[in-house]
Amino acid sequence: MPNFHRKLERSAIGFVLAIIVVASIGGFVEIAPLFTIDETVEKAPDMRVYTPLELAGRNIYLREGCYACHSQMIRTLRDEVERYGPYSLAVESQYDHPMLWGSKRTGPDLARVGGKYSDAWQVAHLRNPRDVVPVSVMPAYRWLEDNTLKTEDLGDHLLAMRRVGVPYTQAMIDNAPADAYGQATPDTDRAAGVSERYGEATNIRAFDGDPSRVTEMDALVAYLQILGKLTDVATAPAVAAKE
Amino acid sequence: MEIGKRDPVTGKTTTGHEWNGIEELDTPVPRVVLFFLFVTILFSVVYWVLMPAWPLGVTYTKGLLGFDDRQVVASAVSDATLERAAWTDKVASMDFPAIQADEGLMRSVRETGRTLFADNCAVCHGVDAKGGPGFPDLTAKAWLWGGSPEQITQTIEFGINSGHPDTRVSQMMAFGRDGVLDRKQINDVVAYVRSLSGAEAATGDNAGRIEAGREVFAANCVACHGDTGKGNVEVGAPDLTDAKWIYGSDTQSVFNTVYGGRQGHMPHWKDRLTPIDVKVLALYVQSLDGAAK
Repeated sequence: MPNFHRKLERSAIGFVLAIIVVASIGGFVEIAPLFTIDETVEKAPDMRVYTPLELAGRNIYLREGCYACHSQMIRTLRDEVERYGPYSLAVESQYDHPMLWGSKRTGPDLARVGGKYSDAWQVAHLRNPRDVVPVSVMPAYRWLEDNTLKTEDLGDHLLAMRRVGVPYTQAMIDNAPADAYGQATPDTDRAAGVSERYGEATNIRAFDGDPSRVTEMDALVAYLQILGKLTDVATAPAVAAKE
Repeated sequence: MEIGKRDPVTGKTTTGHEWNGIEELDTPVPRVVLFFLFVTILFSVVYWVLMPAWPLGVTYTKGLLGFDDRQVVASAVSDATLERAAWTDKVASMDFPAIQADEGLMRSVRETGRTLFADNCAVCHGVDAKGGPGFPDLTAKAWLWGGSPEQITQTIEFGINSGHPDTRVSQMMAFGRDGVLDRKQINDVVAYVRSLSGAEAATGDNAGRIEAGREVFAANCVACHGDTGKGNVEVGAPDLTDAKWIYGSDTQSVFNTVYGGRQGHMPHWKDRLTPIDVKVLALYVQSLDGAAK
């Protein structure tokens, strides 16, 4: 064996080829499953896509680096399942580009935070986390309430998502700015288009408590309130088993 | 310079590399390092055989041990459920008064209830359940929707203004913003409401305002808050005569409440918590005011 290696390392081409062979084993193990992803990942036919407002909120989540402290993946461990709910399934992130599973938790996991707390709580908490959770070390995000949400380019964001496989229709892309506005202003006629295009279950309300304008706070809270709610493929069997 | 030349000082062979007269000894890798290298290689081979390892198209090598994270967590959860069954079965089958009478059972309820409360309820109601601005104090005995375990159970399961089909619904109108009352009427009724709990005394100027406010109250507020301002648990209207205020008791806060209305929101927990969890929480929350005394 040492003699074989001695010979190998003295032959430049042979050694390069050997490195490629060994390194590609690691590549194979990681890449090969991606080619069969359609057959191996669970199916969620009822899954809906992010609305433009939620997608805008997701972009704010990325911009503010929320993923640095909050994961969005409940692992297959008893304590996590008991605290956060059923463990995350791969299909639940199928419309996340990029996925935000994360690996570090300074704050709690957010994979199933949607609907867990009220909008008013989310707003109060983002305004100043210490107001509602005295021991929190999370920074305050007050400016989200002051910044009017930029909606005019949301059609392009939807189009980009469609290019990587999210099934947005042309009508969704064309109406993206109006739908983003309508989802946070329930009293306007634009709100009707949102439930028509994205389903009756879509949350349509003034997320930041002010129905007269659409702010970044609206978008981020809309996004937080949908986390884990795009499909109930993970919750349905587990709840049945728990009872 | 040739390969395998022996170094005269150490007696070892050299690699044949030489820089400015300095030659490199061909010292072999220490045996202990090689030993651990082979141990790790052996370990990985054994691991491939026993554990899930290699991808094979639409499946993978399952390993002889049949290890599966999903089964592990499922059995861990069911083991824990079995372990707790000793007392959770009693909680499930007994009615509330019987559980409350059983001190040993209530100890388990309080222990588990504290954890459940911290995981799910504490962010709004506080770890000590004393609430905060906009979030009710659960130790105050000032129940909006009734304080019996049955009533608390319904509040937890279906929430308040939660969007669940069976949710409790409550909304205070925006009397000012919607133009029902003008500014003077609001100021009057605020003075009257504050006088109900003794926060405002009927002296001098105030006496007139409180008197005027009484009429505004009788015309607009009694439907929910009752003739005497004692509230109504059927519609979640708070008692205005006690010293407990969810949104603040100072004049400005009460004015804001009357002007802009209030619509609290509590999420529904039926889909998130098991029936036993809800029952434990209802008993725990109900027992809080006893503990706070």
